[in-house]
Amino acid sequence: MIVPITMPRWGLTMTEGTVVEWHVQPGASVGAGQMLLDIETTKITNTLEAAEAGVLRRHVAEVGQTLPCGALIAVMAPPETPDAEIDAYVGSFVITEVADAGGAAEVEPKTAAVGDLTLNYLRAGAGAAVVFIHGFGGDLSGWALVQTPLASAFDTIALDLPGHGKSSKRVPHADVAGLAGELAAFLDAIGVQRAHLVGHSLGGAVALAFALAHPQRAASLSLLAPAGLGREINAGYIRNFIRAERRKDVEANLRQLFCNPDLVNRALAEDVIRYKRLDGVRQSLEALEGAFLSGEQQATVLRERLAEVQAPVLVIWGREDRIVPPAQGQGLPANVQVEWLERSGHMPQVEAADKVVALLKRHFAKAA
Amino acid sequence: MAKKSIRAAVNDALKLEMRRDPTVILIGEDVAGGAGGSGVQDAWGGVLGVTKGLYKEFGPGRVIDTPITESAIIGVAAGAAVSGLRPVAELMFVDFMGVCFDQIFNQAAKFRYMFGGKARTPMVIRSMMGAGFRAAAQHSQSLHALFTHIPGLKVVMPSNAYDAKGLLIQAIRDDDPVIFLEHKAIYDLEDEVPDEAYTIPFGEANILREGDDVTIVAISRMVHVAMDAAKRLAAAGIQATVIDPRTTSPLDEDSILESVEETGHLVVVDEANPRCSFATDVAALVADRAFGALKGPIKLVTAPHSPVPFAPNLEDAYIPNAAKVEAAVRATLAARELATA
Repeated sequence: MIVPITMPRWGLTMTEGTVVEWHVQPGASVGAGQMLLDIETTKITNTLEAAEAGVLRRHVAEVGQTLPCGALIAVMAPPETPDAEIDAYVGSFVITEVADAGGAAEVEPKTAAVGDLTLNYLRAGAGAAVVFIHGFGGDLSGWALVQTPLASAFDTIALDLPGHGKSSKRVPHADVAGLAGELAAFLDAIGVQRAHLVGHSLGGAVALAFALAHPQRAASLSLLAPAGLGREINAGYIRNFIRAERRKDVEANLRQLFCNPDLVNRALAEDVIRYKRLDGVRQSLEALEGAFLSGEQQATVLRERLAEVQAPVLVIWGREDRIVPPAQGQGLPANVQVEWLERSGHMPQVEAADKVVALLKRHFAKAA
Repeated sequence: MAKKSIRAAVNDALKLEMRRDPTVILIGEDVAGGAGGSGVQDAWGGVLGVTKGLYKEFGPGRVIDTPITESAIIGVAAGAAVSGLRPVAELMFVDFMGVCFDQIFNQAAKFRYMFGGKARTPMVIRSMMGAGFRAAAQHSQSLHALFTHIPGLKVVMPSNAYDAKGLLIQAIRDDDPVIFLEHKAIYDLEDEVPDEAYTIPFGEANILREGDDVTIVAISRMVHVAMDAAKRLAAAGIQATVIDPRTTSPLDEDSILESVEETGHLVVVDEANPRCSFATDVAALVADRAFGALKGPIKLVTAPHSPVPFAPNLEDAYIPNAAKVEAAVRATLAARELATA
């Protein structure tokens, strides 16, 4: 049987990808989960893994080629399948609907008025509500690899925090409790009473603070490389994020986020530079820095209060995290399930998106 | 994010800054159009429609149409700047700057220095530059080198819509006189441009692509010529770094030098005439500060030492194109091959 390998759609806004490097040559056997090739999108370079074991017979896309999502990039087939049959398959292949987010392809970001702020968010899918809260300097697009697959079974909502993405570039309440208050007001504004909360880094601390302040509104809590569980943090990353201006410096700083530093491409660095040039961003980031850091340490530590959270709590941490020390995930109270990811840095939702999706699905099911 | 043309991006920058800061005013010939006559006000919005709509929103007190008096436009702007406004003066074509050189070179550019740092001159002079418009020798020049030569002036030459908006907002907020040159042949080029206000700092180059074989430095419209050449070269296995300094004063010397230290070859593409030009300036910088890194001669691709011709075929031959850039790259690389053969 011939199995097509097609250009994946890794985010709600991804339309095409470029082949950067093949890891497997034609004729080679591959195991499930083996790295097939690197694909560059406008956001990031990522590795496509084999969904099942088999023999890679043909590279259809060459290095440097840019193809739309769903286009054929390679063919897997048993060794006995004749070349002519593969030629015919390649020749007659047509792009069908990219199977992922249940029609979420047409989803456009919306805005909600929260006090005198305008908050931008991307909502896709139907089912129980899942809310994604990004970290310092991030935005909702960072969840793309996780939100897209979850949108087929959940009402997924990723927001841009105040001062970030396409939300207002002001942060009136810059401390963790203040941001949790903005999150509550945002959920009120879009009519979401209760949700599974997924927070990354600073967003993890915000999600935790929200769950403590509004226990009835948190169906479950998932914290990825979260802030708020210890004093220690890579304060240099935050300070450089705000102040680095040259692209080389920005790239060097962003590389600290990943276990595989090659994931930082020029488009990602350029996005960060363009974001930082917007009016109000510098002041917003400095306000967050001022409230979040105390000297070189985190100002807000909620670790002692984790045990109070009534909803199930999942913590996901990359062992190679160079921003928030993974050691802070050890010795957590018994109501917290901790999952460690090998070869993942501070951005497991990017570097280990498939694993994160599987862990989140299991966690949401347990909470339901 | 919306795609906008350079024309729309410039309009956007002016509009946002005029909304944000009531001291920002526009002054120039036909910036509204129809003023002072019996015609429709805001009929034009500048000869190429760049300031269209601003008169309606901000009125005649802030969008000031003038007679054909370049020296008065710049004189008024310089006076307004030292007395607390942030004027954006428009001089239709850079070719007309000659009649107001005293106001620019001897007055505006010198105030901060001669008043011991106590005077600020926050003015922008926008003007169209460049050939390719079949507009003959008096409406087609690239005169950025003249302004780059004068201490006290900043010189900005955007190559795309994203840069045009961010650089113009930066120019309006800058406390020194800024010459802002818009190439008339690329006004319709579109790019992703945020709706919000943002600034791009002066003296920070944009590195459009990175390659190990040669560094190509180009500004304004020539950036696109350099990129076309780089794509042709890449197809032949030659990888070019393309640098757009965005501002010729201040100049991002570090980005140019660092790149040449890696590639060992420099080609500069400049639409201006070749003597005492931006091209010779960058060439001198690299020869002086990175000579040891050079593995072949520096090559300059410029217009000839001639006025811009009116005959279309001659004008096309006058403007640097991708084929000439490609030939220059091959020439400097060939010198290395000869040396190592």
